[in-house]
Amino acid sequence: MPDSLPADSVGIVTPQTYRFETPLKLACGQSLERHDLVVETYGELNADRSNAVLICHALSGHHHAAGYHSMDERKPGWWDACIGPGKPVDTNRFFVVCPNNLGGCHGSTGPNSINPETGKHYGPDFPVVTVGDWVKSQALLADRLGIDCWAAVVGGSLGGMQALQWSLDYPDRLRHAVAIASSPRLTAQNIAFNEVARQAIISDREFHGGRYDDHDTVPRRGLMLARMVGHITYLSDAAMGEKFGRELRDQAYKFGYGVEFQVESYLRYQGERFSETFDANTYLLMTRALDYFDPAYEFNGDLSKALAQATCEYLVLSFSTDWRFTPARSEEMVNAMIAARRKVSYAEIDAPWGHDAFLIPTPRYNAIFSAYMDRVAREVGA
Amino acid sequence: MRADLQIIQQWVEPGHHVLDLGCGDGTLLDFLQRERNATGFGLEINPEHITTCMGRGVSVIEQNLDTQGLENFEDNSFDIVLMTQALQAVRRPDQVLDEMLRLGNEGIVTFPNFAHWRLRWGLALSGRMPESEALPYKWYNTPNIRLCTFHDFEALCRQKGIRIKSRRVVDGQHQDSWLARLWPNLLGEIAVYRITQEKAS
Repeated sequence: MPDSLPADSVGIVTPQTYRFETPLKLACGQSLERHDLVVETYGELNADRSNAVLICHALSGHHHAAGYHSMDERKPGWWDACIGPGKPVDTNRFFVVCPNNLGGCHGSTGPNSINPETGKHYGPDFPVVTVGDWVKSQALLADRLGIDCWAAVVGGSLGGMQALQWSLDYPDRLRHAVAIASSPRLTAQNIAFNEVARQAIISDREFHGGRYDDHDTVPRRGLMLARMVGHITYLSDAAMGEKFGRELRDQAYKFGYGVEFQVESYLRYQGERFSETFDANTYLLMTRALDYFDPAYEFNGDLSKALAQATCEYLVLSFSTDWRFTPARSEEMVNAMIAARRKVSYAEIDAPWGHDAFLIPTPRYNAIFSAYMDRVAREVGA
Repeated sequence: MRADLQIIQQWVEPGHHVLDLGCGDGTLLDFLQRERNATGFGLEINPEHITTCMGRGVSVIEQNLDTQGLENFEDNSFDIVLMTQALQAVRRPDQVLDEMLRLGNEGIVTFPNFAHWRLRWGLALSGRMPESEALPYKWYNTPNIRLCTFHDFEALCRQKGIRIKSRRVVDGQHQDSWLARLWPNLLGEIAVYRITQEKAS
């Protein structure tokens, strides 16, 4: 953290917890009797409550999207590049809401919350939630905040899937859906990578079938491996090449199996840090929510039929080197929207960073995202 | 508004679903949305134009006709397919025409006339590739790789069984001129064609 806050930062932010006492029925058939959502908000809700923007987070994300929790915080929120005064999601104009999703591990009710029935952590007993369940809980949050209609629901990756789901489940409660680096459903390869990550966790001896709390252990190694394999899919070959190449930590080969290449060191570091802050059961749950997402499923695989109920306008963006959710996946979404005669704009942005490009404000990305959100703001008088 | 766009908007009926191939900064679609209550999309590849479209509320899809085609659009999914000043810049104008009339009941095409007297005169006198207001490029950097004359276009339409419903001719500043109407292939610089597929009888 710098000594002073940057001028285009939302500044010091404090998360708030909202408690919901009415049972929430989930797609799996189970209900949560009560649940908490931890939420950050930036900017001011205007008098006619028309300028609210919902930010949906991705797999390992959370409610801390922008600004700093304290002057000691090393890095700002995960989407600080795009949320703040004068940024694409301009907090001078919008009231921005970012919750931690249900099943998360950053304060909202999830596997490491106390199960009221047992007085112990839910652990593996926490129900598998879906993107639809998240959207439902976000709608309850909107009710609580007095927001009838979002100016826009915005998200990258898994967050973009929530934006799409919003447009199908609550068509009259959003004006715009913005899906960045997203996909209308996972491919077999996507699911395969998720399965490797899950197996890494489940096969960790410290996992204990998800009851690691009871055993006073943490499946660190499994989480670390899961993150390492995930992280590879977030970067492009070129981006990794540029960052690390074949660079060695020391000058020469050691003819062993320790960390020799810089990329090995980086991946291990990322994995280790992640394993210290993320919950293993949440990771399983989030990857499953990804696997299950497929709004076209009920419509014989025809997404355009699913979109018949939608009324909002869409912005879809993809990145040229994203091989996790390729431009072709975004175009699949766009083509279904065209066939359904929905209003949609689409651009493929040239960026070398792979899937992670949605977090990095390259000039064209910034220009397009800003132009679109500026128009959204004008439309709602913000 | 430019005379060619003025002509086009008269042919778009209220509520029409429109596809604009090479929609530029979205001026025409924006106008049609506001004045004709039209819906639809623009296709564009220029990044600045795409950003402008998004900022003004025109639905724009980044899609390259030459490399991606139009296969992602369904048969008869539009009332009108427009292509203003872009036919001469695609690799296969003949195939684009087929696609336009596959997607829409009607097509509207505008392009610069390479048989305009000033271009003929320029080539005849100087022996150099002609330049004009409608074609302001050098031979080596021009995006206009498939130049044709009104006669060429009309011959292609005949060959393909495409019916020309109307033709309007304007000058290089897109102004209507009686001279161009009188002798279009010599005096007209830009033509606006309204075309449709001849129904098999």
